[in-house]
Amino acid sequence: MGSPLRIVNGRVYDPANGVNGAVQDVCVRDGKIVADVPPDAKRIDAAGMVVMPGGIDIHCHIAGPKVNLARKVQPETHQDDVQLRTRLTRSGTGGTVPSTFATGYRYATLGYTTAMEAAVTPLGARHTLEEFHDTPVLDKGFFVLVGNNLLLYRLLQEGRREELRHALAWWLKVTKAYAPKLVNPGGDEMWKGQRNANITSLDDKIGSFDLTPRRVIAAFIEAGNELGLPHPVHIHCNNLGHSGNVETTLETMRLAEGRRAHIAHIQFHSYGAAAGKSQSNPTSRARDIIEYINTHPNISADVGAVMFGPATIMTGDAPLAYMLRRFGGNKWVNADTENESGCGIVPFRYQDRVYTNALQWAIGLELLLLSEDPWRMVFSTDHPNGGSFMSYPRLIRLLMDRGYRKEQMAHVNQKALDRSALRDCQEREYSLSEIAIITRAGPARLLGLTDKGHLGVGADADVTIYEEDEDKEKMFSAPRYVIKDGELIIEDHELRADHQGRLLHVAPDYDPQIEQVIEPFFEDFYTIRFANYPVDDRYVPNGQIIPTTPSVAAAPATAGTRT
Amino acid sequence: MGENLKVVRDATCTFCGCVCDDMHLTVDLDQKRIMKAENACILGKAWFREHGIEERPLALIGGRTATTEEAVEAAAQILAQARFPLIYGLSDTTCEAQRVAVAIADMIGGTVDTTTSVCHGPSGIAFEGVGESTASLGEIKNRADLVVFWGGNPAEAHPRLFSRYAVTPKGMFIPNGRKDRTVVLVDVRRTPSTPAADIFIQVKPRSDFEVLWALRALVKGRKVDPSIERRTGVSLAVLEDLVARMKSCRFGVFLFGMGLTMNRGRHFNSGALLALATDLNEFTHWVAKPVRGHGNVTGADNVVSWQTGFPFGVNFSRGYPRFNPGEFTSVDLLTRREADAALIIASDPADNFPKAAIEHLRRIPVITLDPKATPTTQLAQVAFTTATYGINVSGTVYRMDDVPITLRPAFESPYPSDEQVLTAIRDRVRALLGGNRLPAGAPVAAAS
Ligand code: SF4
Ligand SMILES: [Zn+2]
Repeated sequence: MGSPLRIVNGRVYDPANGVNGAVQDVCVRDGKIVADVPPDAKRIDAAGMVVMPGGIDIHCHIAGPKVNLARKVQPETHQDDVQLRTRLTRSGTGGTVPSTFATGYRYATLGYTTAMEAAVTPLGARHTLEEFHDTPVLDKGFFVLVGNNLLLYRLLQEGRREELRHALAWWLKVTKAYAPKLVNPGGDEMWKGQRNANITSLDDKIGSFDLTPRRVIAAFIEAGNELGLPHPVHIHCNNLGHSGNVETTLETMRLAEGRRAHIAHIQFHSYGAAAGKSQSNPTSRARDIIEYINTHPNISADVGAVMFGPATIMTGDAPLAYMLRRFGGNKWVNADTENESGCGIVPFRYQDRVYTNALQWAIGLELLLLSEDPWRMVFSTDHPNGGSFMSYPRLIRLLMDRGYRKEQMAHVNQKALDRSALRDCQEREYSLSEIAIITRAGPARLLGLTDKGHLGVGADADVTIYEEDEDKEKMFSAPRYVIKDGELIIEDHELRADHQGRLLHVAPDYDPQIEQVIEPFFEDFYTIRFANYPVDDRYVPNGQIIPTTPSVAAAPATAGTRT
Repeated sequence: MGENLKVVRDATCTFCGCVCDDMHLTVDLDQKRIMKAENACILGKAWFREHGIEERPLALIGGRTATTEEAVEAAAQILAQARFPLIYGLSDTTCEAQRVAVAIADMIGGTVDTTTSVCHGPSGIAFEGVGESTASLGEIKNRADLVVFWGGNPAEAHPRLFSRYAVTPKGMFIPNGRKDRTVVLVDVRRTPSTPAADIFIQVKPRSDFEVLWALRALVKGRKVDPSIERRTGVSLAVLEDLVARMKSCRFGVFLFGMGLTMNRGRHFNSGALLALATDLNEFTHWVAKPVRGHGNVTGADNVVSWQTGFPFGVNFSRGYPRFNPGEFTSVDLLTRREADAALIIASDPADNFPKAAIEHLRRIPVITLDPKATPTTQLAQVAFTTATYGINVSGTVYRMDDVPITLRPAFESPYPSDEQVLTAIRDRVRALLGGNRLPAGAPVAAAS
């Protein structure tokens, strides 16, 4: 946990507690922020520096089966970007999909201390936890894929909504997940079962099931809210990447009907269709999206910005990856998981001269610059889909420095800019406080992590200290100090200690009767035994259960037990 | 039979890459023997039957009996002093042990390599070139209506691939099981697997690549000259019929074996097959899957990949992972006499490597971890007896389709696990070196 510590003379940005650049002390003891420490405690002089809570990535892809396939398929990206071992820390390799150790250390060297892996098949949970164990420094959690789950489809098709909720709770609990994730609901079933077809609208029939994406999404939003999960259902909408998909996205948000829902990487879902001949060319509909979100406090989103340069498409949306394969060179990975999901991987590169890529870049910026509530439109590149997390400092500079932004706009495809409203939001510059919201305080609040994203007494002592600099990219590229759980991990810009973060997960209650429904399905359609499916505690040497606040009782009233 | 019987339900067989997790074991705890393994195939039954506890010393140093602690000290001294050590094997142990083995390689700046380099290494290399469309075994059970085996003999090597996963089982969209599937077998000779197929296609030895390339051409609508038959032994009509079936099925799968990868063409063969599966996705759903041998070779691929970015043949001597099959693969390192020490985990290279490589193993200090005496343990300077994974030790094993499974051991062993021994070696080497060894000329900052 490290010895007591007092950070002095720094300008503190702690928006959750209304602190906006005031020079004040931050005290740390036993892994927590405390009101005071003894006078002889170690001091860090942060004069000329900015003190913020550790960064929190609400949506990234850093561990598990698909990530490892993406690593394996790109050896050429590893050899020129290596992570040297030190006396204390392990070696690794980078590229857009770094090895596990490199992932943890590199996030830390950007000032990040928490990250959420956004798409894990239930069958891949064990694998993900094993990789997490080898991903140092960060606290981590993962979202488990449930939107193409055939048992849940069967329950829903038969109108068994209560059982659907219990089964969802069971799946979250036995995989040690943080939140439920929907990816292109119905899309993978069309892909695997209907000769590589896809969903095109919320009212399409899902293969042989008497179901539509509309019903699936509404049911999961309802179940997630009833379970009182710290983070609501995390939705990757249908039609990702398609021109005109903004209608699907708006319609999906409406399905929440006032209940909480989070829309992932919304940039990829904010496209209009150009009129006439060039119909297949997307246009920006960022304004419509932002208008909806600004007026609907039940909805939150992460932006999923695109940065020029190398990326890796890796997604549970298998038909999408197949479509992108045409643009991605000659490698394509597809991996179907029984009863649960699909998966696609394509090495990719965003180019500033390419119309669509430039438009995507512009829409990401537009969404952030038009957003009125930074707490609900938070930072992400959907790493590594829109670009590596290593490009976060540059994205911060684009938001904070309009001169730099203008310069960059001059280099990109101008036709694309014509089809976006980016030129209309030239003026806005993010403040340090707003950056602290979209990269820390906001994600923490959306994830329901009450001990994170702020520096109030009792918060986790995850603290980042940046040297102030006019060049914000430089400033955010290499913090002077990073403290994780009260321990000084980075000092003078360099790794000084190794550290094992925690697994953040939920354990909602469910009616144990639901296992009688699930087990026979396993007997018939899985190739792993029901008894061998739940992930046991040995995979979580360092876990933290984040409580749920259910609005309905877990066990239904049965005769004789209630009146 | 003793009185003290116990039943372990849902245990896992790690004998082959099928990693069947539906074994119901009857264990005689007094005799420390597995009496019965319900659901196991003939190979699995033998595996469980053979793994009682033998009376062997905990360790041998230079052929003399030693304690585990003494052997850890001797092994650590060898590894700390070696300049170009090789860590090899790993496919028959748990992921937990594999992770420590890679950590040791990183710490000392050695090489880590797995049995993949001598079995499906070419498939790994092909994967890096073209990618792969693949599926978990349950998707094949639930959906595959066209199953093509290529260059393998599952009936003898992976018996339950037929009965549990890919041929006879009923699945969600295959309600009638075998009747709903067409099974094709492509091989250079008839084997006990042949009768399981509806269609057997016999190719001339060393012509798999030509057959695959002709199929790719036909799938893409190109003309193939009938002379293909002279070269490959397969007539154009047979190929055209196969292509028509492949394009019209709903869910097709290739399950390919070492008959394809360890033959003339090697990774070109696997690459051609993976590319063919990819091409077929223009028409319908297609996946491909290498049929892996050792129980946890897939885990080894995964662990080495997530820790280093590369699946096997990884060298750390410059302070970071480098991958170069042919340079850092074990047979090559040994044949060129480059390795100056070897740590061999759960593998028997002295039995199956080429002669020149074995000769070099005799020249250098070798450390082994193995439950049994083998030709390799017999030439070792330090030989640990360890408990058997899946029988005495829990931990994680990855099935050939990357699905991880937790083992349920049947009875306790007096011997330590691979993980325990490797962890002790790692800690002792770290103490001897004062942390990770830094390569000569490492930047000063890295030494802090
Ligand atoms: S098929 Fe393989 S894993 Fe399954 S029982 Fe037989 S030997 Fe064991
Ligand atoms: Zn994502």
